[in-house]
Amino acid sequence: MATLSVCQPQLGGFSFENCKRNAVLEAEVTKLGCNVPSARKTGTTICGVVFKDGIVLGADTRATEGMIVADKNCSKIHYISPNIYCCGAGTAADTEMTTQIISSNLELHSLSTSRLPRVATANRMLKQMLFRYQGHIGAALVLGGVDCNGPHLYSIYPHGSTDKLPYVTMGSGSLAAMAVFEDRYKQDMEEEDAKRLVRDAIAAGIFNDLGSGSNIDLCVITKGRVDYLRPHDMANKKGVRSQRLIRPVYAYKQGTTGVLTKSVIKLDLEVVEETVQTMDTS
Amino acid sequence: MYCSVVRHQNTRGLRSQLKDSVPVTGMGPQVGAYGVQDTLRSGFSSVKNELLPSHALELSEKNFQLNQDKMNFSNLRNIQGLHAPLKLQMEYRAARQIQRLPFLQSSHLALDTLKGNDESISFEDILNDPAQSEMMGEPHIMVEYKLGMM
Repeated sequence: MATLSVCQPQLGGFSFENCKRNAVLEAEVTKLGCNVPSARKTGTTICGVVFKDGIVLGADTRATEGMIVADKNCSKIHYISPNIYCCGAGTAADTEMTTQIISSNLELHSLSTSRLPRVATANRMLKQMLFRYQGHIGAALVLGGVDCNGPHLYSIYPHGSTDKLPYVTMGSGSLAAMAVFEDRYKQDMEEEDAKRLVRDAIAAGIFNDLGSGSNIDLCVITKGRVDYLRPHDMANKKGVRSQRLIRPVYAYKQGTTGVLTKSVIKLDLEVVEETVQTMDTS
Repeated sequence: MYCSVVRHQNTRGLRSQLKDSVPVTGMGPQVGAYGVQDTLRSGFSSVKNELLPSHALELSEKNFQLNQDKMNFSNLRNIQGLHAPLKLQMEYRAARQIQRLPFLQSSHLALDTLKGNDESISFEDILNDPAQSEMMGEPHIMVEYKLGMM
């Protein structure tokens, strides 16, 4: 406390003041046997594919916090610019902030060049920022868009390496999704085929990976048109509880309980007295 | 009272110019006037705190802007000759002088425009904004440090 603020003004950006304290606290806590709370991750399946006229991006919608599902319907396809969208896997806050910062930078850049931004620009900005932070920002991204040079698809890893490919998958369910892609990808697909392929790849990730689940979101980007389909497919629908909330009706089907024996005893009643009382209807 | 612009650079001693340059080892004992630990200004010394940075990124982030500038200037010198970085650095120095006294918030508008920071947003603008910091520097000490009197 007595150091920097005395002589020099403070700079913005990340502050590492509490790192040593946090390391000491973590050591103490693990000595006691408890767990430090973990960051919310999006243990995810995200993927993208290039088809004839553009790009289809797909993502599941589950966000996990350790072993618990933190968000059953989160949105993992982020807006970067009107013609560029980005799916994010890894730490949820990191992907969110990174894509927002790059979106703002691209907007400023496109205002100063007065042109529609290119996917390669977004890719370079992202990789330079992620490399600067040496992988401590845990954001694995699938960046796709259509610009003046056609459709482009990039995958960006947390340490800053990028790949430009016709089909990419990222996240914990990436192997399941990649298996589907490797089997059925063809060059120059039609839009419906591409949407079905991405839907199946994400479904493979959802059903075979614990970290992915809930619905499937798709984003179809073509020249001049973006279709953000959220949700495209509800793969895991929750069951519907019965409608009466105050006094729930336990309606059982006929034949739920088997009948073993049935005996009918007739009661003999005789009429003793019969009186009529008129009602006062005035 | 504190609205005057700090214009004269001649009173800056040589030592104050050294404070702004890139240190070779980021973590060193904060030596004061007589070559001893300056406890009043930099707190108690601890070998463990000073030998290792507390985070892998601490050193690289502290010097990031300076390193970028060095790299860009040396590229510019190799491409266009010595005059290009000299002219730019002269402009930077002139723009850096347009500010309020050190403990007040100055916008650095001319410097930002020259460096191109007005067309980009990064974590420096979002996190830990110095305009919103809860601590204020001690005015007398900050002005003395800036003028090189310390």
